[in-house]
Amino acid sequence: MSAYVVRRVISMILLLLLLTFVVFVLFSLLPTDPARLTCGKSCTPEIIEANRHRLGLDLPVIQQYWEYLKGIFVGRTFAKDSPDPVVCSAPCLGYSFKRGEEVFVLIKEGFPATFWLALGAFVLWLAAGISVGVYAALRRGKWQDKTVMGISLAGYSLPSFFLGLMAIFFIVIRLQLLPYPSYVSPFENPTQFLQTMILPWIVLAILYAAFYMRLTRNQMLEVLGEDYIRTARAKGLPERIVIRKHALRAGLTPIVTAAGLDLAGLLGGAIITESIFSLPGIGSLAVNSVNDADLPLIVGITLVTATFIIVANLIVDLLYAVIDPRVRLT
Amino acid sequence: MSTIVTSSALPAGADDEEITGRSLRQIVWSRLRRDKTAMVCLVILILLYLVAIFAPVITSLLGVDPYSFDGDSISDSGGGPVGPWGGISSEHPLGVEWGTGRDILAQLLYGLRISLLIATTATILTTFIGTTLGIISGYAGGKTDAIIGRTMDLILAFPFLLIILALSGVLTQRLTQLGVPDGNPSRILYLIIVLSFFGWPYLARIVRGQVLSVREREFVEAAVAMGAGRPRILFKEILPNLWAPILVYATLTLPTYVGTEAALSFLGIGVLPPDTSFGGMLGNSVSYFSVVPSYLFIPGTVLVILVVTFNLVGDAVRDALDPRAGRV
Repeated sequence: MSAYVVRRVISMILLLLLLTFVVFVLFSLLPTDPARLTCGKSCTPEIIEANRHRLGLDLPVIQQYWEYLKGIFVGRTFAKDSPDPVVCSAPCLGYSFKRGEEVFVLIKEGFPATFWLALGAFVLWLAAGISVGVYAALRRGKWQDKTVMGISLAGYSLPSFFLGLMAIFFIVIRLQLLPYPSYVSPFENPTQFLQTMILPWIVLAILYAAFYMRLTRNQMLEVLGEDYIRTARAKGLPERIVIRKHALRAGLTPIVTAAGLDLAGLLGGAIITESIFSLPGIGSLAVNSVNDADLPLIVGITLVTATFIIVANLIVDLLYAVIDPRVRLT
Repeated sequence: MSTIVTSSALPAGADDEEITGRSLRQIVWSRLRRDKTAMVCLVILILLYLVAIFAPVITSLLGVDPYSFDGDSISDSGGGPVGPWGGISSEHPLGVEWGTGRDILAQLLYGLRISLLIATTATILTTFIGTTLGIISGYAGGKTDAIIGRTMDLILAFPFLLIILALSGVLTQRLTQLGVPDGNPSRILYLIIVLSFFGWPYLARIVRGQVLSVREREFVEAAVAMGAGRPRILFKEILPNLWAPILVYATLTLPTYVGTEAALSFLGIGVLPPDTSFGGMLGNSVSYFSVVPSYLFIPGTVLVILVVTFNLVGDAVRDALDPRAGRV
């Protein structure tokens, strides 16, 4: 087991390095000149060249990449030899000259909104998805099962932005049940926080729950057909225990995988949901960075998001062995 | 227990009289034909494709077109449509656009055309790349397998929505430099390319897994023993055994791409006016839908119908191809 963990961690680090490299090269090769973006309308070729040198953009890509990697661990200083150097402390993911702020700080500022959105939706969709999925599995082929499957199909066919816009239209604009979304920290104003988050939570949860209902149902049906379930029933265990202790536990494994990866994906920013409900999270930051052509910020967000996904992959695989004793990690 | 379930799940009257060999296509078709929902959806889909293909003919028959401005249908002061429900009238059955008076129905039909064009082409491309690389990866093993495998890990770890957004401006420009006509053709091509690029690893994984088991079968060994070349083994011996998962995957990918394309257009990187797609129409609706809700509901509803019917057909195809269909 520990050898497996070590091996996985090493390959994870390699994948992360490869990914940072690809992202870095991808964006370095763009014809958009990052040095051109550092100064406004009053740009002259001389200023651009000076900036290029100060930012180290005249170095070969490999060397720039090395500087970048080093910056993550020990920080770095841009424009060292100029009168006003820009210090970017570790972990330095780059410096957004557009916004005059370290990329890491910007992402950190966006994280709370994204985190709360992801967490709330995650709890809702797992609770709804798994319970409804088990219910459907236990009534397989009956009308309840068919209804649930129909709802699930409709749910995952709904584009998130359409669902979100409809929620705003009916609940905020027409019925005026909620004020227009405006994010505050839950520690500052819990009521306004809840009023803002409830719709995005529900919208995201519906989309994901639709998929989890189906996954849980199919998984349960698969497991319920296995011999050890028959054994458990044959030895007279109450159905409640057969379902909960024997079937659900074994059936949960793929659900854990999917849930872990989905949560990690959301922590990297739900671009569409955040834009629609104007939540100041990483997803909105990403859209803004694209609109402003803020390259350091785009690269930083890409790396952070990808890191979430890669780390989640590892955690999920390890959790697998904890939940399902039949899984042996080798 | 499983035997009872299996026998009861056999399609009634299918194999009673005589046992004849049937090809996969015949089996699937006979099962699909019994599935009423699937048949209805299939008809709807064919109609939608026909509507998309013949959109110019239909719009000219209806006397509407998506490009011409109609100053009479919008108010002089705010540019809003005259009349209820976004200016629905006999001239404009679904109303007109804010500010220009362009016909919504015509835009919808042309939008359907673009959405289907992008999603269908991207699905074909994804299927092609995913199948080819999946087969090669699974059969070759070793280093080739490792390289393709790591590439897939890498692609799957990317936040693809962000990357697609970030690269759109530059790569569209690059396509133009390569000789693709400027404007919408290169934007459409860009969407097709990126959707396929981020989509193929999912299929390749499935195909690879299947190849791993198929390649150990006797007929493959026999082909190898007879001295068949590698392309023959891969594409003539192994590939025919993989049609079921590939077909299922492709039918379920199409609606995903319709949705993703709409989302990307919604975020502003789709086709430019005067052309439009569902996502673009919905994106435009954001500024007006508190006043003219039909801007939101008309394209949204058509989009949902499109995706739902595709998903229903996809589900039915999967059930029809799944040897365990009916058991679960």
